[in-house]
Amino acid sequence: MQIVQTDVVIVGGGGAGLRAAIAVAEADPDLNVSLISKVVPMRSHTVAAEGGSAGVVQTEDSLDSHFYDTVAGGDWLCEQPVVDYFVANCTREMVQLEHWGCPWSRKDDGDINVRNFGGMSTARTWFAADKSGFHILHTLFQTSLKYASVHRFDEFFCLDLIVVDGRCQGIVAIEVATGEFFRFEARAVIFATGGAGRVYPCNTNAGISTGDGMGIAFRHGVALRDMEFVQYHPTALPGSGLLMTEGCRGEGGYLVNKDGYRYLQDYGLGPVDPSPRPKAMELGPRDKVSQAFWHEDRQGRTLETPLGTAVHLDLRHLGRAKLLERLPMICEMAETFLGIDPAEAPIPVRPAVHYTMGGIWTDGDTATNLPGLFAAGECSSVGIHGANRLGSNSLAEIVVFGKVAGEQAARAARAAPAIDARATTHEAEASMQSALALLGQDGDQRLADLRDTMQTAMENGVGIYRSAEGMQTACQTLEKVRNDYSRVRLDDKSRAFNTEWLTVIELGFTLDVARAMAYSALQRTESRGAHQRLDGYEKRDDEHFLKHSLAYAVADAPPRIDYEGVVITKLPPAERVYGGMARQEGH
Amino acid sequence: MATHDEIEIEVLRYHPETDSEPSYRTYRVPFAHETSVLQGLQYIKDRLDGSLTFRWSCRMAICGSCGMMINGVPNLTCSAFLREYHPGKLRIEPLAHLPIERDLAVDQTDFLEKLASIQPYIIPAESKAVDEGPFTQTPAQRERFYQYSECINCLLCYAACPQYGLDSGFLGPAALALLHRYNSDSRDVGKADRMPIVNAQEGVWACTLVGYCSEVCPKGVDPASAVNRNKVISTLDYFFRFMAPRGASE
Repeated sequence: MQIVQTDVVIVGGGGAGLRAAIAVAEADPDLNVSLISKVVPMRSHTVAAEGGSAGVVQTEDSLDSHFYDTVAGGDWLCEQPVVDYFVANCTREMVQLEHWGCPWSRKDDGDINVRNFGGMSTARTWFAADKSGFHILHTLFQTSLKYASVHRFDEFFCLDLIVVDGRCQGIVAIEVATGEFFRFEARAVIFATGGAGRVYPCNTNAGISTGDGMGIAFRHGVALRDMEFVQYHPTALPGSGLLMTEGCRGEGGYLVNKDGYRYLQDYGLGPVDPSPRPKAMELGPRDKVSQAFWHEDRQGRTLETPLGTAVHLDLRHLGRAKLLERLPMICEMAETFLGIDPAEAPIPVRPAVHYTMGGIWTDGDTATNLPGLFAAGECSSVGIHGANRLGSNSLAEIVVFGKVAGEQAARAARAAPAIDARATTHEAEASMQSALALLGQDGDQRLADLRDTMQTAMENGVGIYRSAEGMQTACQTLEKVRNDYSRVRLDDKSRAFNTEWLTVIELGFTLDVARAMAYSALQRTESRGAHQRLDGYEKRDDEHFLKHSLAYAVADAPPRIDYEGVVITKLPPAERVYGGMARQEGH
Repeated sequence: MATHDEIEIEVLRYHPETDSEPSYRTYRVPFAHETSVLQGLQYIKDRLDGSLTFRWSCRMAICGSCGMMINGVPNLTCSAFLREYHPGKLRIEPLAHLPIERDLAVDQTDFLEKLASIQPYIIPAESKAVDEGPFTQTPAQRERFYQYSECINCLLCYAACPQYGLDSGFLGPAALALLHRYNSDSRDVGKADRMPIVNAQEGVWACTLVGYCSEVCPKGVDPASAVNRNKVISTLDYFFRFMAPRGASE
């Protein structure tokens, strides 16, 4: 096993990891940073984010309004002091990205342009056409090349944390090209490993979004918080789940059922206006818009397509010029994947899994409850999304909290005790042996079958609407898959660039994340945000469940689900109101 | 997947631990109207042969991972479709001109070093604090560089470039396009620092104007136009260096 001695390890080269790397380098250029990523950083899933990133910028807008929208959007399951910090720092980070070259779309006078987004009281979403995540990621990656203290380890797969004496002291990684094991000794580790959309069969996520960091942290006793809250994005392509950005609706797109009717007016989101009204109709929050699809589908008012039922995302009235300026990638994707010109024909869409609201528990400074380990971005639960994330808050999150994680890890690295080399060696050897055992084992289970069984169980049991019976079935199936996992057989027993081996390891992480989601969901006997039940718990229950769930790993048993209170400082729980009666704070 | 037909996919195989040279293997893959070439490869890996090795990630032509040669043409496999090749067959090979790591995965190191060498970040005239707010940039100013910022680093243009195939020292289409992207940005004054790279033997002058890079670019970046604009700039830079102190050509 090769050894790399470093100060700060960052796992994940997406927006959060790159922002963290730059923050460490700026905070202390003497600290050696190792940026570990299983793909070359610009391949990270940040690249696929389309619509934009929140940051209050219009004179009539306010931080209070962004705060209110975020907390109400999250159905009050947000850590309010953390949301306060978040909204106060979004715009600063958007400007920082601008200084680094991000090609934000502009108004005619050269000022920053912003668009409307779901659940937001006013236009505050910065955008770079409909490739916002792509441009943010490439800007961060290219800017990171300026910093000599940042050393990249591209296509290194993080296998495990090294925990000695209750403190995180590094990681074990596999170099993909060779299959060689590397031990990184570090005084602080940041997980920025992204989400876990691959728990589900139909999702908007990249193949790499397998919840690795969540799974690894969970196995080391770190809590996964609010895992039952899984976001379905309302407008994805049937079958593939490819994302049609909420920006389509921000620009004025309509959702219509098979009768051409803007059905969202029947779900508390009206009145119907010809042009977008913030927080109404197509600009409702994602949980409610996806739930409305589910009801339309049940009532037979959706369209049949070869890959499943759908509604229409109609952009025709926006005109070709606007579509090409604001939504060029949507036009390109519709053409490539459907053979449709959105200026001429509506796009069939249906909800698909998009975002993991929960994640690795951290405090407001991104520290986990494992000393030496920090987490930022989608893999983390820093507390800003609650039970339902608002669109454009996640791109802002990765830079706001990526920066915090970098600064905090730099501080922690300077203060940390010396690495216990003998003990870290021992821990790393154990991780290596278990990975090698997977490679050598002889069994009768095929990887793709296990993955498909897990994904189908989650979609059927832990979907947009849930019941105890369905969730119990999902839990039972997941335990069976977990059993079968020990009998998986690989076709490929070699070491160099063995993606089958790495995919099996990923599946182990994804399976743990799925279990955390399913058991957390089963035990939340209320409906809130993205967790909606049909079995007598249709209402929000603040008395018992104004609480975060905390899932802890238990050896050879289902996760233990615990709860912690929500810190509410200035906005007491109230009813979420959208449509014509919605509060437009800041106006 | 509503399967209605089968297609033959012939794939280049090469394992660095056991093979002295590449060979080909053929698989039969069921497909439907919407099945991408990438999904065809995934079917092989899931159901027929788990050892087949290739990169992929986003499935929507933005991450740049899944570029390969399909019947000799560089293409993104996620946005090419099996139906387009039926009833013929497909031969899939790793991107040309790049060393093979294993099967369909190529070594990207050379490109990544080239990308880093062109100083692909804003070099501002003077440092501006974040608190002072964003730079002003009109839509027209943005338009001057935007197209070149859309490169997804998929390397199709390197597989297409005959000059890079002859001499991998050539900086190549994507790196030169990115260089032009920063040089053309109203917020950047780093052109003088980057001109030696443009002027060097391995810079723009190595390009022989074939233009196949722009033809295969899946994002319409048109690296050939970036290269040729820089030939003009490089010529001017050459003259100005005799007429004025360095930096006057900015």
